[in-house]
Amino acid sequence: MTTQIERHEYDVVVVGAGGAGLRAAIEAAEAGKRTAVISKSLFGKAHTVMAEGGIAAAMGNVNSADSWQVHFRDTMRGGKFLNNWRMAELHAQEAPQRVWELETYGALFDRTKDGTISQRNFGGHEYPRLAHVGDRTGLELIRTLQQKIVSLQQEDFAAHGDHEARLRVFAECTITELLLDTSAGATDVPTIAGAFGYRRETGDFLLFAAPAVILATGGIGKSFTVTSNSWEYTGDGHALALRAGASLINMEFIQFHPTGMVWPPSVKGVLVTESVRGDGGVLRNSEGTRFMFDYVPEVFRAQYADTEAEADRWYADQVDNKRPPELLPRDEVARAINAEVKAGRGSPHGGVFLDVSTRLPAAEIMRRLPSMHHQFKELADVDITAEPMEVGPTCHYVMGGVEVDPDTAQSRVPGLFAAGEVAGGMHGSNRLGGNSLSDLLVFGRRAGAGAAAYVDALGDDRPTITEADAEQASAAAVGPFERPDGESPYALHQELQQTMNDLVGIIRRADEIEQALHRLADLRKRAERVGARGGRHYHPGWHLALDLRNMLTVSECVAMAALERTESRGGHTRDDHPGMDTEWRQYLLTCVLRDGEVTITKQQQPPMRPDLLDLFEKAELAKYLTEPELTGHRKPGAGGGGTAAAAGTPEGHN
Amino acid sequence: MGYQASFRVWRGDVTGGQLHDFTVPVNEGEVVLDIIHRLQATQAPDLAVRWNCKAGKCGSCSAEVNGMPRLMCMTRMSTFDQAETITVTPMRTFPVMRDLVTDVSFNYTKAREIQSFAPPADLAPGEYRMRQVDVERSQEFRKCIECFLCQNTCHAIRDHEDNKQSFAGPRFLMRIAELDMHPLDTADRQRAAQEEHGLGLCNITKCCTEVCPEHIKITDNALIPLKERVVDRKYDPLVWLGNKILRR
Ligand SMILES: Cc1cc2nc3c(=O)[nH]c(=O)nc-3n(C[C@H](O)[C@H](O)[C@H](O)COP(=O)(O)OP(=O)(O)OC[C@H]3O[C@@H](n4cnc5c(N)ncnc54)[C@H](O)[C@@H]3O)c2cc1C
Ligand code: SF4
Ligand code: SF4
Ligand code: FES
Repeated sequence: MTTQIERHEYDVVVVGAGGAGLRAAIEAAEAGKRTAVISKSLFGKAHTVMAEGGIAAAMGNVNSADSWQVHFRDTMRGGKFLNNWRMAELHAQEAPQRVWELETYGALFDRTKDGTISQRNFGGHEYPRLAHVGDRTGLELIRTLQQKIVSLQQEDFAAHGDHEARLRVFAECTITELLLDTSAGATDVPTIAGAFGYRRETGDFLLFAAPAVILATGGIGKSFTVTSNSWEYTGDGHALALRAGASLINMEFIQFHPTGMVWPPSVKGVLVTESVRGDGGVLRNSEGTRFMFDYVPEVFRAQYADTEAEADRWYADQVDNKRPPELLPRDEVARAINAEVKAGRGSPHGGVFLDVSTRLPAAEIMRRLPSMHHQFKELADVDITAEPMEVGPTCHYVMGGVEVDPDTAQSRVPGLFAAGEVAGGMHGSNRLGGNSLSDLLVFGRRAGAGAAAYVDALGDDRPTITEADAEQASAAAVGPFERPDGESPYALHQELQQTMNDLVGIIRRADEIEQALHRLADLRKRAERVGARGGRHYHPGWHLALDLRNMLTVSECVAMAALERTESRGGHTRDDHPGMDTEWRQYLLTCVLRDGEVTITKQQQPPMRPDLLDLFEKAELAKYLTEPELTGHRKPGAGGGGTAAAAGTPEGHN
Repeated sequence: MGYQASFRVWRGDVTGGQLHDFTVPVNEGEVVLDIIHRLQATQAPDLAVRWNCKAGKCGSCSAEVNGMPRLMCMTRMSTFDQAETITVTPMRTFPVMRDLVTDVSFNYTKAREIQSFAPPADLAPGEYRMRQVDVERSQEFRKCIECFLCQNTCHAIRDHEDNKQSFAGPRFLMRIAELDMHPLDTADRQRAAQEEHGLGLCNITKCCTEVCPEHIKITDNALIPLKERVVDRKYDPLVWLGNKILRR
């Protein structure tokens, strides 16, 4: 087997070509850095393409009362105050600017009557806030960024006669290892020196020498059986970061989207966008009851309607009415559906009914939810304009990820940056719908800028890759071929998914998590013996064998953190510790690798800045924060609410 | 419900290949891609196939099923007779890489040849104003998931290797139409469509429209109007300018 390696040198290597990766690459390239973008799938196909509902940004186009402060509050509430408040602040402030910028790249969002960008309602957002294009917003985002990259390449072609002179996309390539410079240089800690990977098409190896690497690899959903995520979501970036010495936070928090398809079996888990509910769709059980009214938790009582009549009035008049409980944050709705099914009030295929057919005229459904109509018609023989859908929870998003500096997106490892779903902190214990796409743009841009600034600061003192490291990475990559009779990676993958789904899923218990950890340890041993046969050309079995290692490491982080956190909060529900605990809110669980083993530490969160505390009423904060943490809050009657002045000027809109 | 289906799947690479026969279980509600995945998991672990979303949204899983250009993830098994042998082959217009995976780089090259959106110089981000009716035409074309099935089907590419140089194909002619109909785009695109991207080679057979999984009316709504604009333009260059100004 040849170990010929194709070598490249760049200033910045971006791993991932979803929204975060492409936005980061645009920023780095515009800052004059030679940039490579690497992606497991074809250019323009990353997971972001699947996003449906929209992108959250407080532009105030539909309701001018909206502002970054309100968006910030909603985000913190949705995350049950575990969010990194600085990230939530930057995100709320910068999202409008990032959306408007997309229009200058050529994006065409749906419009209001005034010709501005239209915004729709979504769970947990106080005002209509999601910019959208029907229910294919992710496609618009990806295509727009892809086309912006092409336009930068055209500029380079005009200037240098080569489209790829400064910005190149390596499609269908997988990074398997990050490489470090461990010689004590300018800093005493190991720094990023590059990345190693292979071309999926040929199986040939690739080596990138680069002082800055941005991880934008997305999530981890493929470790679960029922998921809305695609094959790309094997947690590569999470695992690469760990192996390079970075830390992961919040790994116990996994978002189960309340509405995935439940039938037919082959599409179980495929997403049904939240816009169905945002646009008027309601949830009913087998008895025809709108059960969500029975599941409004105490902390949200003030914002959600008590009666169907009030909830229905809200769509037309949001000032005088409270919101329908179908639009509670996702964790609440997912748990409610789970409970209804358990109580025997589920639909024939083990979900509940989501009905928009009796709520909107057929033509309106076709206009607002075209791809949902298409999806159900084609895949389930259900006409959503005439009958209800059957839906149930599906593993959707990981709140946990690489611990980064909020402003620069740099991890603990110098030169290693992370943005998008692979980064942690922004969403706390639960992400609001629409807050991911905006997160990708805000922190993708910041990561690109952070990496460019880091490279500038290095000057000529660039870290170097050792040949030994490159050889080790290539030996690890060909490993499975040395075991042609080894176990099938497909079987192992299935067992892993079942373990996580059954034992570390939406409702968790200590004994079950412990059982999962035992099984994971066993699977890890077996994973060392998985094999592949044949050539390296486009070999999916081999690819999966390499991905398994990442999935196992990440699953271990999820299970260990889930066992440690003895409370229920957001995307982490412990049957044996059902309450939310204000003590626990002060701590994040941090995973690092020590001698190849995942270890967890409890890390105290920095207290929220007083001017941000002042955006909330004390009574609300008291539900989440401990008494000593409240001392920074404004004195009663000292103003605040939506009007408190924040440090720093928000970019763009207020 | 479940039954054993006969599948014939093309396997091979640049050097050649052939159809392989498989007998494989099929369950209720499954699509062709599920069956290909079952083959991978149980009989042919190295069977190469491209896919991503499994929900008709990414345009990765294009192939020909019984000779019809299709997305495998949106082709339900229930549309076939249980006794029928189902033949799955790679898209035939693009060079095979391995098994069902083809080299679609032609399309990315073409994408790069089309001048990008030219934003108005006098509008800052946040100042764009467009009416819904005016963006709707281009929005239809932006539903494109780049599955390249139309490119695969268009006879101007399929049957004329030499056209590949001068003809952008339906997907990218449609991209030009999209930009031409964008209310705020400032570039003149019509001359380039004709002279550089081979609009004239399209003889409006509508084969592209027929295979589009997004049901975009490529020929009627993009290509024919673009041709009409080009023709109008030949008589009167002011028509273009007038159109642009009125649409603002
Ligand atoms: C069905 C669905 C609907 C959604 N709808 C919404 C919505 O309406 N609004 C919203 O805000 N959010 C939504 N989300 C969430 C949101 O889409 C994702 O969180 C977001 O797109 C993630 O983007 P990203 O840039 O972090 O990564 P992705 O877009 O997933 O991109 C990851 C990239 O990394 C690459 N990659 C991964 N590993 C490697 C490796 N080892 N080597 C090289 N490349 C690698 C992949 O190939 C890919 O290019 C939705 C998610 C799903 C699944
Ligand atoms: S209508 Fe034109 S572009 Fe479409 S298939 Fe026919 S010739 Fe090709
Ligand atoms: S126009 Fe239709 S057929 Fe052509 S690439 Fe786009 S989605 Fe596919
Ligand atoms: S897998 Fe995405 S379109 Fe078929």
